[in-house]
Order: sequence, then C-alpha cells, then structure tokens
Amino acid sequence: MERGSVSSALYDLPGPRARARNKAFSVLAILCILVLAGFVGYRFWVTGQFESPKWEWLLYKDLQLQLFAALGATLGAFVVAALLALAFGLLFAVARLSEHWWWRTPAFAIVEFFRAIPLVVMIFFLFYAAPQAGINLGVFWSLVVSLTLYNGSVLAEVFRAGMQSVPRGQREAAYALGLRKNQVMRAVLLPQAIQAMLPTIVSQLVVLLKDTALGFLITYQELLNEARYLGSLTEFGRPIIPTALVIGAVYITLCTALSSSAGYLERRSRRTGRALPTPDARLVTAELAT
Amino acid sequence: MIQLLLDNRDLFITGFLHTILLFVLAGLGALVLGTLLAAMRVSPVPALRLLGTGYVTIFRNTPLTLVFFFFAFAYPRLELVDVSFFTRAVLALAMYTAAFICEVVRSGINTVDVGQFEASRALGFTFNQTLTTIVVPQAIRSVVPPMTSVLNSLLKNTTIAAGFSVLEAGQITPALSERGAPLLIGMFWIAVGFGILVVPLTATQRALEKRWSVAR
Repeated sequence: MERGSVSSALYDLPGPRARARNKAFSVLAILCILVLAGFVGYRFWVTGQFESPKWEWLLYKDLQLQLFAALGATLGAFVVAALLALAFGLLFAVARLSEHWWWRTPAFAIVEFFRAIPLVVMIFFLFYAAPQAGINLGVFWSLVVSLTLYNGSVLAEVFRAGMQSVPRGQREAAYALGLRKNQVMRAVLLPQAIQAMLPTIVSQLVVLLKDTALGFLITYQELLNEARYLGSLTEFGRPIIPTALVIGAVYITLCTALSSSAGYLERRSRRTGRALPTPDARLVTAELAT
Repeated sequence: MIQLLLDNRDLFITGFLHTILLFVLAGLGALVLGTLLAAMRVSPVPALRLLGTGYVTIFRNTPLTLVFFFFAFAYPRLELVDVSFFTRAVLALAMYTAAFICEVVRSGINTVDVGQFEASRALGFTFNQTLTTIVVPQAIRSVVPPMTSVLNSLLKNTTIAAGFSVLEAGQITPALSERGAPLLIGMFWIAVGFGILVVPLTATQRALEKRWSVAR
C-alpha cells in the first residue's frame, strides 16, 4: 500500500500482537470464503452443473456463431446509443448554459425529466405505447432511443459541470481576445471540460453498456436473451447456470475493459497536469457516477 | 386524465406499493451490506480487503438485469431454499446496490483529512475507535449527496423487477397496454408517481445536509 494513503493512516504499522491478530482474522476470513465457495460449489455439483453435457453447447459452431451475433447485437446497441448520447449531451449542455432563457428553460426541463424517469418505464413506453400513437420504433430503436435520452441527459449534466469547472478567467480572456460566444464554447470551454470530465464520461458509458441488457425485457436479441435461449435447450440438460456464468463473464470483461480505460485516461490527464476538475466538478462527478 | 387513474387504481396502487416495499427492503439490506463491505475494504486484514474489492468489481461490472436473470432463472436450479420471487428481487437489488454503497462510504472515508487519523492514532485510539468516533461522523456529511443519488437509482432500478413478473410500477405500462388504455396518460401518471416518491428522498438529503453542514 502506498504511504500516506488514507487506508494506511487508519492504523499503525502492526506490531507483533496486531500481526498475530490480523493473521488470525485472515485465516478466519479465508475459511469463511472457502466455506461459502465450497457450499456454492457443492450445490453446483449436487445439481449437476459441472457435468459435461451442460457445457457442451460451447463446442457447437452454430451456437458459437449465435453467441457472437448476440454479442454483436449488444455492442451495436451500445455503440449507436453511446454516440447519440454524447451528441445529445453536448447539445443540451450547451443549451443549458445559454444566455437565452428560451434555450435554457426547455433544456433544463428535458434533461431533468429524462433523468427522473426510470429507464425501464421509458423503454416500455416506446415499445408498447408509442405504436398506439403511430410511432413504431421496433425493438432496437426503442432500446437505443431510451438509452440515448437517459444517458444523454446525465452526460449533459456532466459536460455542464465540466464547463463550469473551467476557471472564469479562461472565458474572460477568450472574450477579451475578441472570440465570439460560439468560439469560446467550442475552442476554449468544451475541450477543457471534456478532458476534465473524461473519467466520468467513460464511467457513464459503462453504465450505458450495462443498461443495454435491459433490451432483454423487450426481447431484443442480445446476450441475455441468447443466454436464456441456450439455457432452455433440453439436449444439453437446460444449462441455464452455465450460460448465465458465461454471459456474466463476458459482461464483466467488457465493462472492466471500458472502466480500466477510464483509469488510464485519468492517470494520463493527471500526468499532463492540465484542467483537473475543481472540487465543485468533483462533487457533481461523485453524485452522478452511479 | 384522472379517469384513467381511477379506472386502473388497482394497478397503480399495488404497483407503487410493491415499488416502495422493494425499495425499502432492498435499501436497508444494501446499506448494511455496503457499509460492511466498505469496512472490509479499509481493514488491515488483506484477505478481507481482497474479498471486498472482488465483490465490488464483480457487481459493479455486471448489469442488474443479469443479476435478476440469475436469481429468476438460475437460482431455482440450485435447489436451495425455495423463496418467493419478491424475496429474490429484494436480494438481487440489495446485492447489486451494496457494491455502489460500499464505494460511496469508502470515498466518504477518503474525504476525511489524513491529519485526523494521525491525530487520533497519536492519542492512542484503536482502529475501531478511530473509525467510529473520528472518521465516520465526519465522513457521513460528505456521503449524503452521493448516497441520495445511489438510493435514487435504486428506486428507479426497482422497475427492472417488472421484467421478471413482480407486479410493481414498471409493470404498469405493459398491463395498461393489455387493457387497451391510453398509454401516454398512463405514462404521465407513472412519471408523477416516481416524482412523488423522489421528493422525500431529496427532502431528507436537504435536511441532513443542513443539519450536518459545517464550515470547512
């Protein structure tokens, strides 16, 4: 553990007695973990989850291709929704910072509305209710539009916090140099805001990636639906637990890869020593990053 | 507008009651489990730290829908204690949210100045004393806003249970659609319902912030 970090300041360097006690706790904790893991493993074994038929589906080429198609569907929804959400976020962040109330007020109302509505309700609305009004979006676009509206609204707040965290002198200097409002926004505020907020933006994209799984509820053929289909195949003994584990591993890999890129970007922006978020922006970050 | 609410009041009442129940039970479970995990993650015992970190990494990177999926379809296959789907939904929500609460509590602890720890250690406080009498009372203040937003997400996340046959607020839209009611108005009332549910949360946040606010 690095020196001076908070966790190391919580307790002294352990002496002989504390070391012995910590060792005892360690052993106890490991025992508890082993017992828990053992119990889960035992239940898996008793119910035959480790038997080869339940895993054989992984060997069939057709099923592998299906799995990849499902992965493609998940990633496709993610990429389209992410791009649209970023665009939506930028647009509404700029609108919320506008000097004209007829931009500011509707933008505020829209962003707050879509942040408050549960994503599931939004998806169900577009999927079940919109066709009544003659708008038939289909499965893919119901999912993507909902994801865009929700995550775009959150991103709008993130961008806004980022732009507000840029020191006031920057804007004033830019105006003094004779730049127009538009130029100040584009050339001065946005680049710094994006750099300051990159980690938050990426973690919101991780949220978006995870939320594509909600497509399962409206039968979008993504990873979870594939897991359910594979898990219902009787010729493999209905391997729902193995498929859930495999899909879980896929999601964890994808999300960890994305979030570790956030960590990398954070370290990078710290190294260049530019445009770190002010405490105010950090507070917003902490509030939004769920 | 009102007519739709009155005609389908059974749906709206059971729906939102179940949402509130899910929220309260899962919230309590997540607070307890999350605080425990946070304590594990700052403890001097490496095995506990590892366990806490592992739990948070796994649950933060898994979609909640998948956690629900596991509890809905895979759990019965393990032939464990047979519990109702409602209980399993509470478990899924609590286990998922606990990972986020753990991170909020941990970052709250991180906001307390290192000098405070050092001073309390210099005064001879033990680890437990430092944590309970010095750190937590200070950390709790900075934890209130992000904690509210985690609980806010939990409230919205309860709607995912709709996809797994728990009748709660998320289920109202498809149910109304089956009854052939005008969904735009139904959607409006659901939004109003969630708006009303969020009010006590933000009010509590404001009150706590005001009460605990300190000049730093």
